[in-house]
Amino acid sequence: MADVVDVVGSGGFDCHLMSGCGFPAPGTEIFEFTPLVEFSLFGITFGINKPVILLILVSAFIIFIFTVAFAKPKLVPGKWQSMGELSYLFVRDQISRETIGKAGDKYMAFLFSLFFFVFFLNFMGIFPGAQFPVTALFVYPVALAMMVWLVYMFIGMKNQGPLKFFTNMMFPPGVPKPVLVILAPIEFLSNIIVRPFTLAVRLMANMFAGHLLITVFIVATIYLFSPSVIGMLGSVASGIMTLIMTGFEFMIEALQAYIFTLLTASYIAGSLSNEH
Amino acid sequence: MLDLIAEVSGNLGAVGYGLAAIGPGIGIGLIFGNGVQAIARQPEAYGVIRQNMFIGFALAEALALLGFVAPFVFK
Repeated sequence: MADVVDVVGSGGFDCHLMSGCGFPAPGTEIFEFTPLVEFSLFGITFGINKPVILLILVSAFIIFIFTVAFAKPKLVPGKWQSMGELSYLFVRDQISRETIGKAGDKYMAFLFSLFFFVFFLNFMGIFPGAQFPVTALFVYPVALAMMVWLVYMFIGMKNQGPLKFFTNMMFPPGVPKPVLVILAPIEFLSNIIVRPFTLAVRLMANMFAGHLLITVFIVATIYLFSPSVIGMLGSVASGIMTLIMTGFEFMIEALQAYIFTLLTASYIAGSLSNEH
Repeated sequence: MLDLIAEVSGNLGAVGYGLAAIGPGIGIGLIFGNGVQAIARQPEAYGVIRQNMFIGFALAEALALLGFVAPFVFK
């Protein structure tokens, strides 16, 4: 299992500035995890490693906390219920009503679950103990983006008819004929291929870059901790930068969850209406 | 046939990311500059403007981050 201990341990915890070893820069190996338990089902080998455990814990936490919040609703809400209501109203008013309008209230279950799922998976990046953003592994944003793709394709084909969905998308009204020759393939590619791809890559790249950056600063703090003035100054500065980057990373995680859900709502709105 | 007179050596991925960050930097500056101007002109439209600013920011930033991740993919 590779994490900070192993990265610094490649030179040992004794690898400092004046020890004659180079800076043990963290690379993509900090995103590889050896499975704790492996089992085979139907000829496929499954492994349970740290991101899978975090995924299960986050799912259980979300289900538990919102069941507690919405279990026995009273007219005058108590603590948990008003927290749950504030969360629901945030997603409904800021994300769903702004893009889709009142007709989007029946997609609120999906958007609400999506927002808090992505937010808490991202939050594992700075949560003490876990400290790995689960969405930094490409497979999890890809799974979420495929779900979003299926949702907006299915909604579009159901509301506009399967063939009219594509013709409305590729040939918007009021466009002169010569422009349509370039516009139609670009629109088709953009809606079918590029949108889910960029949705997944945006989330994954933000979390990947943030995690790598915080790891670099932590390794630098340990590496520069040596008996020399410039080493100690660098170590203290790296320590302060770690704290600043952790705070910045929290803001980026919340923002990426908000943007993922906002773009999902925007794609659903585009599928619902006749023109894009 | 042609002599090599200058070359850039070292990590090509880092150079590639540096080049990839130019365009989105300009783009995000334009987005937020125009957004702030729009809010100054019409403060009551703050909600609509802020939402569109965030959508534009996310789409422009995605390109810079694709440039960051590409060297790790094509290693």
